[in-house]
Amino acid sequence: MKPILQPYDVTLEREMTLPLDFNRRNQLKHYDKTYKAEITNIIRLTEMEKLFQVRIIDDVERERFSFLPGQFVMVEVPGYGEIPISISSSFTHKGFIELCIRRVGLVTTVLHNAKRGCKVGIRGPFGTHFPMERMRGNNILLIAGGLGLAPLRAPIFHVIENRSYYKDVYILYGTKEANLLLFTYQYEEWDRIADINLRVIAEQGDKNWKGEIGLITDLLDEVRVDPSETNAIVCGPPVMFKFVCARLTAMGIPMHRMFVSLERRMHCGMGKCCRCNIGSTYTCIDGPVFDYWTVMNLQEAI
Amino acid sequence: MLFKTIDKSEFKRLIDFLLADHEVIGPKQIGVNKDGGSIHQFLPVSTFEEIDWGYATTEFSAKTYFLPYRETLSSYQIREQDWTQTIEYRLKPRYMVGLHACDINALLRLDKVLARSTFPSPYYISRRRNTFIMGIDHEPLEDCFCRSVGADVVTQGFELYLTDLGDRYFVAINSDRGFNLLKRVKVRDVTETDNRAYLEVRRQHAQRQKPLNLHDIPNLLDIEFNSDVWRQWGEKCLNCGSCAMVCPTCYCYGVGEHVNMENTEAVKYRQLYSCNLKDFASVAGGHNFRPDPATRLKYRYYHQYRGFTETYESPLCVGCNRCGRVCLAGIHPAGILKDLQAEGGVA
Repeated sequence: MKPILQPYDVTLEREMTLPLDFNRRNQLKHYDKTYKAEITNIIRLTEMEKLFQVRIIDDVERERFSFLPGQFVMVEVPGYGEIPISISSSFTHKGFIELCIRRVGLVTTVLHNAKRGCKVGIRGPFGTHFPMERMRGNNILLIAGGLGLAPLRAPIFHVIENRSYYKDVYILYGTKEANLLLFTYQYEEWDRIADINLRVIAEQGDKNWKGEIGLITDLLDEVRVDPSETNAIVCGPPVMFKFVCARLTAMGIPMHRMFVSLERRMHCGMGKCCRCNIGSTYTCIDGPVFDYWTVMNLQEAI
Repeated sequence: MLFKTIDKSEFKRLIDFLLADHEVIGPKQIGVNKDGGSIHQFLPVSTFEEIDWGYATTEFSAKTYFLPYRETLSSYQIREQDWTQTIEYRLKPRYMVGLHACDINALLRLDKVLARSTFPSPYYISRRRNTFIMGIDHEPLEDCFCRSVGADVVTQGFELYLTDLGDRYFVAINSDRGFNLLKRVKVRDVTETDNRAYLEVRRQHAQRQKPLNLHDIPNLLDIEFNSDVWRQWGEKCLNCGSCAMVCPTCYCYGVGEHVNMENTEAVKYRQLYSCNLKDFASVAGGHNFRPDPATRLKYRYYHQYRGFTETYESPLCVGCNRCGRVCLAGIHPAGILKDLQAEGGVA
């Protein structure tokens, strides 16, 4: 006689047999399957940060991989763990992605010790993105503090690659100490682009630092834009964007046109594990990119 | 819904049939607590007599079989600089019997997050679909408040649901799997007498519970965000996480990995966590967004009664009060919610 309860094999569901695509958020998938990626280059930035260029190995997966500026991936070192890292490269490069990683814990230390050619697992992309399309025709202020330049590079590359979509573009970057500045080798390239205003500032200089000294908010003094047609993207530690956003508000830029990227511990990236909850908002699903109005309304956001 | 009645002798035959060659999980007495009350758990059973159909409550909820304390997500075979990943889902069918309404409602609430939301979980769906659920009505305990959170009645999420009418069970049939199973034994169509007897039992059960006024709780939680109530209750909290372990709906987890000594095999596993544990919201670099017990306790309640309601139109809590009974510090939801209402002047 036929058993009452036939074994149910979830892997036979049609959705499960489709190619893995984390952008199909509502569809069933092998969501713990990672794209295997090879570390193709490791670029030393400072004592604490390295830039990892990784390449999804499978040709089809690499071509299919698509993300938008501001999104993040879960990077896994099998046997050690998995961490959320924002994508720091242009989305036109598809499955060739860059990840700027600071050495702070177990997995990041393992990665810092890794050699070119090592294989890591990548799941994603996850989260919300900066609404670059909605910003078209407007001025853009791209503001970063410290490690915040890592997630900001994705929108910076997008703006540079699509310069004609936007009016005045400002890139403002500041750190506590001059020797903590990231991607120093790139400033000259960005600065040489006509019509992009790049300003870099450090709170404390050192003997090699020839640039400006001061707070990131000082740079805003000289920004002359029509606030009614200006968007801002602000990435950095909460204390920094609190001050920056207060200044931008004083300049007249509406809060719903300022975008910030929040950081929390994440274990899944998919709105399940609750570890990134701000109150009961999931940073991984509803964020990491939020407009400032939303952030102001989240009780424990900053 | 279809209803039938089944005599208790026939019912035993039905369970014996299941026990013959299926995995059956049921409420089983495992000991006696310090007050002489019995301790029950959902455990694998092999005889009809092992199942205590009239049990009051189980220490752990039925969640254990759908979101196990620890579950392997994937395993790795590592060689040199390369590795391969293997993922397996639970395939074996299983019968779970004797679930109370709160446990079934808890599964329905977990379904919302784990099966019907963004990124549906194949691990959870596989366990859920491979489990046959037979529920049973019970007299609510005095400290439960399932009725106040709308969890004392079930209309879906099970195959069969029994109500004890003395010499027979009144059976609600909610799936073809349940219907087919009943074909193995003698059942009767319900009569007017059965209907009346059933409704009377339901009425008596409902009357036993003192309702807890949960009107407008999400708003109250917002208004009383900085209330002293949180500090008072929070100071008692031992940060042990027992409440989340026994909770039928808490689903927070952490992901970890292990690698063997030879560095050839690794596993990635998911382990249930609790937002009351000290490092729940600590981030890389050492900052903890929820540094003190009062804040952590507050956010547990926020998620249960406010956050979940915002997204899914019902509180996450099903009012079983397992957390209240297990808490070594005497923290219980009814107490906290009443204090908040008193603070807000709406008690």
